[in-house]
Amino acid sequence: MVTRRELLLGTAGGWLLERAWAGEAAGSAPDTLTALTGKKPLIRRSFRPPNFETPLAELAAPFTRNDAFFVRYHLAVIPQVDPAAWRLQIAGASAQHPLTLSLKELRSGFEHVSVAAVNQCAGNRRGLFTPRVPGVQWGNGAMGNALWRGVRLRDVLQRAGVAPGALEVVFDGADTPVLPATPDFLKSLPIERALDENTLIALEMNGQPLPHWNGAPARLIVPGWVATYWVKHLTSIRIEPQAFDGFWMKTAYRVPTGAFPGSRFTSQESAETTPVTELMVNSLITSHVSGARLPRGERAELAGKAWDSGAGIEGVEVSADHGQSWREATLQRDLGRFAWREFRFPLDTSKAGPLGMSVRARSRDGAKQPDKLTPNPSGYHDNIVQTVSLEVA
Amino acid sequence: MKAARRRAAVLLTSLALAGASALLWGAGAEESVQLKDAPGRDLTTGRCIICHSLEYIQSNAPAMNRAAWQKTILKMKDRFGAPITDEEAKQILDYLDSSYSGKS
Repeated sequence: MVTRRELLLGTAGGWLLERAWAGEAAGSAPDTLTALTGKKPLIRRSFRPPNFETPLAELAAPFTRNDAFFVRYHLAVIPQVDPAAWRLQIAGASAQHPLTLSLKELRSGFEHVSVAAVNQCAGNRRGLFTPRVPGVQWGNGAMGNALWRGVRLRDVLQRAGVAPGALEVVFDGADTPVLPATPDFLKSLPIERALDENTLIALEMNGQPLPHWNGAPARLIVPGWVATYWVKHLTSIRIEPQAFDGFWMKTAYRVPTGAFPGSRFTSQESAETTPVTELMVNSLITSHVSGARLPRGERAELAGKAWDSGAGIEGVEVSADHGQSWREATLQRDLGRFAWREFRFPLDTSKAGPLGMSVRARSRDGAKQPDKLTPNPSGYHDNIVQTVSLEVA
Repeated sequence: MKAARRRAAVLLTSLALAGASALLWGAGAEESVQLKDAPGRDLTTGRCIICHSLEYIQSNAPAMNRAAWQKTILKMKDRFGAPITDEEAKQILDYLDSSYSGKS
């Protein structure tokens, strides 16, 4: 339902089709759908830098379409990278033989591998936090699952020679700030994670070259870790013997030390705060939203996705009585331990009245979704049990 | 400039032919996002849009109060290098707090 306006808007970046919807709101205002060039209309959180969220309906497929995949930038100067002119520099104080690769050299010089993995913003669902916290007010759609294909970061680093004593690897992309005084968006990974066989430099997403808005021509893929590390439009990789002290590591993307489970990034840790790292076990109902009405006596099924940081999903439980009793949902095809796993559960539509359905995923590492949010100032890691309030009538 | 105008004319023609029901064409789509009219709006708009569009202000309102806006303005000024004088920072704070503080 178009509720407010339907506009065709022109920008330097191309054409935008905008519709205002009274949508599944994360914030107080109705969601507005706007199409970036090459994308379907997505939930617009901001024009510039572009922050666009995937609508729930697009999260029902096993792999999230490239033209529906969420877009997240911190800095507003985003060049359209010319693949022929693009170069990737691998250097740093712990690189024994610094090198520069063209796209052709990167593509032809290393083994190609694929990984299906969830790419989820650390602040996904921030807009659902109570009490509210500042930041981009994401709903459920700052995430997606894709088949990423490229080369192993490890192979590229080893070509450059990793010196003993290497501690972190620092990544920079082609996007830059408007003002020179604004910290450029650089991220680092612990050397062990950079050398993990699953960490890739991706050139393709779901069988297609990476879309511009998702990091063309090459981006980092860090399966199991939050999307802030998945640096887009990669231009520089530095192997360093000391901890990187940029703003986006030392100040942003941090949580209270010890507040969450998951990998520690010890070279970046302080007594008070530590970088947000791995995804928490989580799930999302994609088949229904609160307020949906189910015809009495008609067959209906609850469906959604569950994921974690790579141990894999062991099971998904569903409760129809606000968590007093739980039953196992049926898990669908396993797309890989870093991907999400679809679950299905038959809904009881035999009696008229309200039907509250809660979903709780558990990981093979023993972690379960909690009932209560762990407060943190930046609004990360919302993985609490989700309940949809349905009505059988 | 001339080329841009010609391109605009072509686009407008093709859109009219396409039967677009409503049309708004400006330098940028983000100009459709405007802040509330109150003293300090123009200064706030002018400083903030150097780096970002204005939905950031609107969507964050429910999470903000005077102290949170003060913290944000200082972050933009001191960490992100926004060219804001101390006097302007105070005016921007008054505007944002009176128009966009939704947190009790």
